[in-house]
Amino acid sequence: MAEPLLDVRNLRVWFPTDDGVVKAVDGVSFQVFPGQTLGIVGESGSGKSVSMLTTMGLVSHDQAIIEGEVIFQGQDLLKLPSDEMRTIRGNKMGMVFQDPMSSLHPFYKVGDQIVEAIRSHQDMSKRDAMDLAVDMLRRVGIPRPEERANQYPHEYSGGMRQRAMIAMALVLNPDLLIADEPTTALDVTVQAQILDLIDRLREEFNAAVVIITHDLGVVAEHCDEIQVMYAGRIVETGDARDIYYHAQHPYAWGLLQSIARMDQEMDRLRPIRGLPPSLIHVPSGCAFHPRCPYVMDVCKREVPELIPSNGHHASACHLSLAEKERIFREEVAQQA
Amino acid sequence: MARYLIRRTLFGVLVLIVVSLFTFIVFVKLPTQDPAIRLAGKHPSAQQLALIRHNLGLDRPIYVQYWNFARGLIPWPGFFLDPKVYYSWYNQVPVRTEIASRFPVTLVLTLGATVLWLLMGIPVGIMSATKRGSAMDRTAMVFALVGVSAPIFWLSLVLLYVFHFQLHIAPSTGIPEGMSLWQAVWSGIFVLPWISLAITNAAFYSRMVRGNLLETMGEDYIRTARAKGISERRVIYKHGLRGALTPVVTMLGLDVAFLLGGAIITESVFQLPGIGQYALNSLYTDDFPAVMGVTVVGAFFIVVANLAVDVVYAFLDPRVRYT
Repeated sequence: MAEPLLDVRNLRVWFPTDDGVVKAVDGVSFQVFPGQTLGIVGESGSGKSVSMLTTMGLVSHDQAIIEGEVIFQGQDLLKLPSDEMRTIRGNKMGMVFQDPMSSLHPFYKVGDQIVEAIRSHQDMSKRDAMDLAVDMLRRVGIPRPEERANQYPHEYSGGMRQRAMIAMALVLNPDLLIADEPTTALDVTVQAQILDLIDRLREEFNAAVVIITHDLGVVAEHCDEIQVMYAGRIVETGDARDIYYHAQHPYAWGLLQSIARMDQEMDRLRPIRGLPPSLIHVPSGCAFHPRCPYVMDVCKREVPELIPSNGHHASACHLSLAEKERIFREEVAQQA
Repeated sequence: MARYLIRRTLFGVLVLIVVSLFTFIVFVKLPTQDPAIRLAGKHPSAQQLALIRHNLGLDRPIYVQYWNFARGLIPWPGFFLDPKVYYSWYNQVPVRTEIASRFPVTLVLTLGATVLWLLMGIPVGIMSATKRGSAMDRTAMVFALVGVSAPIFWLSLVLLYVFHFQLHIAPSTGIPEGMSLWQAVWSGIFVLPWISLAITNAAFYSRMVRGNLLETMGEDYIRTARAKGISERRVIYKHGLRGALTPVVTMLGLDVAFLLGGAIITESVFQLPGIGQYALNSLYTDDFPAVMGVTVVGAFFIVVANLAVDVVYAFLDPRVRYT
């Protein structure tokens, strides 16, 4: 097995606020290997974005209490001085954000913004950098890139803006691309195009990709590994087949059952009962226990460990493996 | 863009007409001393008074009188403040000449104060926003609150008292007879007036820059800029400030235009012979053509500035396009 490109160990990111400490990420460990796509799935407030923002160094030590290790290409990023971190950020690691309209500066031309990314890491003339930017715009599928580079973000369509953001994140050939809800703000047809683009570029650039999303449909086709997060912790990991056909965690079951289906008769949608937990007053034991239809006494007392059942399929639940498989077979598989 | 400019210019002329009409009506309604009496010598006869009034055009119907003033509104040489109509009742000088000779003083006052308040206000605003909540930020904002709240006449008098009367550092008020404007500037006569005008505006601008910059720094594109790995300095100045300063530019245009029409209080306290002082004197002496002239000039500056800042805004913010 090759060395992991990114090795996150026991990451904790806590934000002190007037109302208490918000435990956004509470003991998260995972690895990303070169050329792999990891999908991080969870609802708002599950800690999926914060863990990657911390990896990028965009959550500073004045804002949050950060513990654990984030080892990228052999270096612990959390211990790096900010100047060194800046040479990695945007250069070896690129990030794409959710809303491309507000994520690009409205007053500067798109080409200039990409050139800025290039020239802050590499010694290149403006002309050469602009050529590279135009080339990158072409590679992400923007027609007439020389003209487009001279335009402003508001002159682009939504899908094009996201392509431009991706171009900007990949222009320096990073080893890791992080996409935070890259398709959430786009039309469904454009979503598919963008995800295909990310797949294609991953191969071309030989990069690893982390896609953060709340949409199970997005991860199904495009991710090798999937990680489900809830209340700042990872509750299940596995590949796409594991999660869709053999899910082991009640939260994952809830997610699968809540998908609206066109091929079934449905009177009403089946949401997960209850509300997402407060990250200040996280429920004791298993954070999902107040909403779990299969809750037991032990769930309220002990935090379940993420235990592998076979290979890399792991779940954090006190139910036995046999029970998990039975429940999935009898209840979830019928409906999901 | 051309159509937009033409529309705005026509609208600007309309504004001048409304302003002048309003001023005219107010003046007509005010109980003022008959200018003929003042201009005539001692013991004027009724005939002399009638003659003077005829020369001043006061025996014509009101709308004809207004029409004469209105013709002087067209901002074209030859028409603007036409001296046949805009002729001071008080000191028998064309209003236009008087304003032109006083304008340099007001200009020097305005420009000096503007530079000073920008140099004071903007860095303080940036520093407050980037070090928000720190002791420096809180202190700066308290000073800003004081600066914004202090009435300018009070501020001017306090400065004069402290720096001239007590410490003998600053020169006295007024420009001595025979001294040119340049000499006046060099001898520091404008320093206290600049400071007093600048303090109020610097306070206001620092609060505005702070607020705008805080808002801009919370935008998504700042997060993207940091994600690109550029230096924090560049993030603040190239990305954050650029968005934060556009409203400041707009305000600046209007503030400068307003002051060019005459900083009445400052000029009065410091006895500076600018347009503001002229306006005040004209009001005291019921010199109607002068009042109209000054009002029209002031309104003209503001109309032009309004148009200028809108055009500049379109350059600064590429999302704005005028048709």
